[in-house]
Amino acid sequence: MSISKSQSDAFKVMVNWLRDSVREPEQFTLSYAAESSAFVRFNHAKVRQAGQVQQADVGLKLINDGRHADLHITLSGDQEADLQRLAEGLQQLRETLPLLPQDPYLLLNHNGWQSNNVQAHPLPDTEQVVEEICTAAEGLDLVGFYAAGPISRGFASSSGAFGWHQANSFNFDFSLFHENGEAVKASYAGHEWSSEGFTRRFQQAREQLAFLGRPLRTLAPGQYRAYLAPAALEEIMGMLSWGGFSAQSIASKSSPLQKLYVGDQAFSPLVSLDEQVSGSLSPAFSGEGYPRSDLRLIVEGKAGDQLVGSRSAAEYGLTANGAGGGEMPSALNMAAGDLSQAEILKQLGTGLYISNLWYLNYSDQPAARLTGMTRFATFWVENGEIQAPVSTMRFDDSAYSLLGSQLEALTAERELLLSASTYSQRNTSSALLPGALVSRLTLTL
Amino acid sequence: MFDFHPQLKQRFAALRTGAEFFSLRYVRESGQYLSVRKNVAEPPSLSRDEGAMLTVRVNGVEAYAATNDLSQQGLQAALERAEQQARRLKPHALLDLRDQPVSSDRADYFSPNLEQPFPSLSECFELLGAESASVPKDERLVNWEASIAITHVEQIYLSSAGAELRQAQRFVYPGLDVTAYDGNDSQTRSLGRENFGQQGGADVISRCGLVGAGPKVADQALQLLLAPNTPQGPRDLLLMPDQMMLQIHESIGHPLELDRILGDERNYAGTSFVKTSDFGSLQYGSKLLNVTFDPDIPEELASYGHDDDGTKASKQFLIREGLLLRPLGGALSQFRAGLDGVANSRACGWNRPPIDRMANLNIEPGDQSLTQLISGIEHGILMSTNRSWSIDDARNKFQFGCEWGQLIENGELKGVVKNPNYRGISAHFWKSLRAVGNAGTRMVLGTPNCGKGEPNQVIRVGHASPACVFSNVDVFGGDA
Repeated sequence: MSISKSQSDAFKVMVNWLRDSVREPEQFTLSYAAESSAFVRFNHAKVRQAGQVQQADVGLKLINDGRHADLHITLSGDQEADLQRLAEGLQQLRETLPLLPQDPYLLLNHNGWQSNNVQAHPLPDTEQVVEEICTAAEGLDLVGFYAAGPISRGFASSSGAFGWHQANSFNFDFSLFHENGEAVKASYAGHEWSSEGFTRRFQQAREQLAFLGRPLRTLAPGQYRAYLAPAALEEIMGMLSWGGFSAQSIASKSSPLQKLYVGDQAFSPLVSLDEQVSGSLSPAFSGEGYPRSDLRLIVEGKAGDQLVGSRSAAEYGLTANGAGGGEMPSALNMAAGDLSQAEILKQLGTGLYISNLWYLNYSDQPAARLTGMTRFATFWVENGEIQAPVSTMRFDDSAYSLLGSQLEALTAERELLLSASTYSQRNTSSALLPGALVSRLTLTL
Repeated sequence: MFDFHPQLKQRFAALRTGAEFFSLRYVRESGQYLSVRKNVAEPPSLSRDEGAMLTVRVNGVEAYAATNDLSQQGLQAALERAEQQARRLKPHALLDLRDQPVSSDRADYFSPNLEQPFPSLSECFELLGAESASVPKDERLVNWEASIAITHVEQIYLSSAGAELRQAQRFVYPGLDVTAYDGNDSQTRSLGRENFGQQGGADVISRCGLVGAGPKVADQALQLLLAPNTPQGPRDLLLMPDQMMLQIHESIGHPLELDRILGDERNYAGTSFVKTSDFGSLQYGSKLLNVTFDPDIPEELASYGHDDDGTKASKQFLIREGLLLRPLGGALSQFRAGLDGVANSRACGWNRPPIDRMANLNIEPGDQSLTQLISGIEHGILMSTNRSWSIDDARNKFQFGCEWGQLIENGELKGVVKNPNYRGISAHFWKSLRAVGNAGTRMVLGTPNCGKGEPNQVIRVGHASPACVFSNVDVFGGDA
């Protein structure tokens, strides 16, 4: 039996057990997350650390008389033991609920929706992948991380809702270092490993590495024209996504985009940003049991939809649209512009070509003023030609400037960036983004 | 406590492998997060987690397999997966660990006051509700939340070399934050939360000062809303302990992690401006700078008896009188680099492998009271409570921001300023340290949120520090 089928069956057994075990008027929701991952770290083009992780857990919510509490339980994979853990968890929640007041913001989805998405492309043997990587990297200083395997997510409720999502995926996130310490960052990720596809991606990175051997250019703080490649723009969008579109953050005035949402600020009309769940790698349902909608977050520079979880919907009188607990986007899709790939350097003229940004944070959050560093493959360009790599620099600028008054163009080609994050579990978020040409980026250090 | 220990020992003894060395690290963790936001109790979030990591060494190559299946068959299967991986990847292995010594220590470690029951869920909600209700009614106060997070961890480490190490710990994070908004700008003031984590019980809540803090925190949020922006320009900078912890963490802790210096983290967390040849010779800071790795302060967040590779932990000076002495490197990194380090090989849970982490990294107190520190500043600023952090991948060029700023002129504290930020370069910044507060200014702080590693790990770290003064730092405010 496949892993997906056995996990899906095991989840159904738990759901059925819960449906038999809850006592009217109790209600429940049960979310499920499991993965089996091969993890391989590389340093100096060799395997530094390798392992395999098998994990599964459920999130049980029990509701009774307007009171509710959540319990996350790690599963063992043994049906009898897991039903025992679930029974103990149910008992713990039953003992907890009477201690709580009724929750005025409890909003349950009573819809018995169904969703099923299983993608089971076979993944390559880890040993074969390691062989290909080490062969390609021979003579180079490669450092990176390969993560691969199946991921499963499930949801069910006492109202009859049932969702299942399973996908095999891999993500090889790597850097090639020049002996002078400069580096190129790249990744090769998806569902189906292709030796040709990997070789092509690796070759692109290798070609960029050649530019890094030129003497470093040190820039003085000041204002510069700049091109932000999609991976650099992803850092900015990722930062703004922490609370930026969250209904609760907007209402409680902690959103970095609060001035956008009250209409005091706007981005360039070139900027349109969607949360495009359909067709993305992430599940079509949230952990709290709502089908996730496609949303228009920014429409031609102006505020659009917010990400609304069920509590925010109840508290602020909004409609829940399937946002998770943190109300963060996980399938960003930014509209393309009309700057062709071949024209980027020419249109930049003289300025910075920035492949990646790093470690962003706020200098002034309500003003969406960000600071962060250049990292990996940042070049000084003169008259449309790459001159030299640039030493690490700090920027400090408002998002309303970078994506507003100073935004000249977005590229016609976009890049699909799959998250390499593995905090607690492998992340399924993605971003489809263009590059951005800006007429002024402020460097401070 | 440790009720699974006898069974686990039995199962470990029954494991079969051809590896020259193997170990098992079992972790059971339970947690609860309780909060009251704007006088409404949020639904409690509870958790129970349990699993084990098997690590093998075969012909000098190590590999691991982590499993949620703790049955005899589950542990055996994980051991075999790890062994198979170690054998298959040998041709490409970076390290040959055949000569690396392994631990055979046996010991127990417990958090302070672990035997004392923690306040019940009802008592916690009562406390949080009272604190939330104590925030004054003011239409500018748009959001506030009082919270307590508690985590219990039991860990058992067994190895084929005879090691048997048990740790039982309780971590507590009390917190309160209040946001004020005037229709244009918003300012948040907080107490505790991710800055104030400690080991212990109800005593942690007392030490944090959560009880009765509501009106003061709210008042400070309103003061910030009315305050002018921090002026731009060089000033002497007085950092309070709840910003010093971040300054230590980012610009001493991370650059001294030996695995970064050896290049393991270059693809993710970054590298370091420090080189292996700098230990014993680099003047990292002024003569006033004394930095220790100290696992012996009972309430500090990352105090423990042994690290997750079984190495016994002890206090060590990393920097003495400004001179860099030793890195934050566990047994494996020490073996690779040929340097003495500390016992800081740590994992965030059963499903992630140990790597070099900073654990408790502290600044030793000096001899000046807070009054003396302030009176010694002619043109300066006090900054307190971190809210923003950014530093380059070599941990050199940084920019940090705080919630609270107060100007200092001619030795006296003056008005409050908002959006206090400062920037500098680690390699120079610590040389500008010109006064260190005494033990009376010192606080034992810690955060559960230090991220690093591939696969990614977020882990608990402790930082105890006095208030400190730095000369001639570039400070500035915000836009609003």
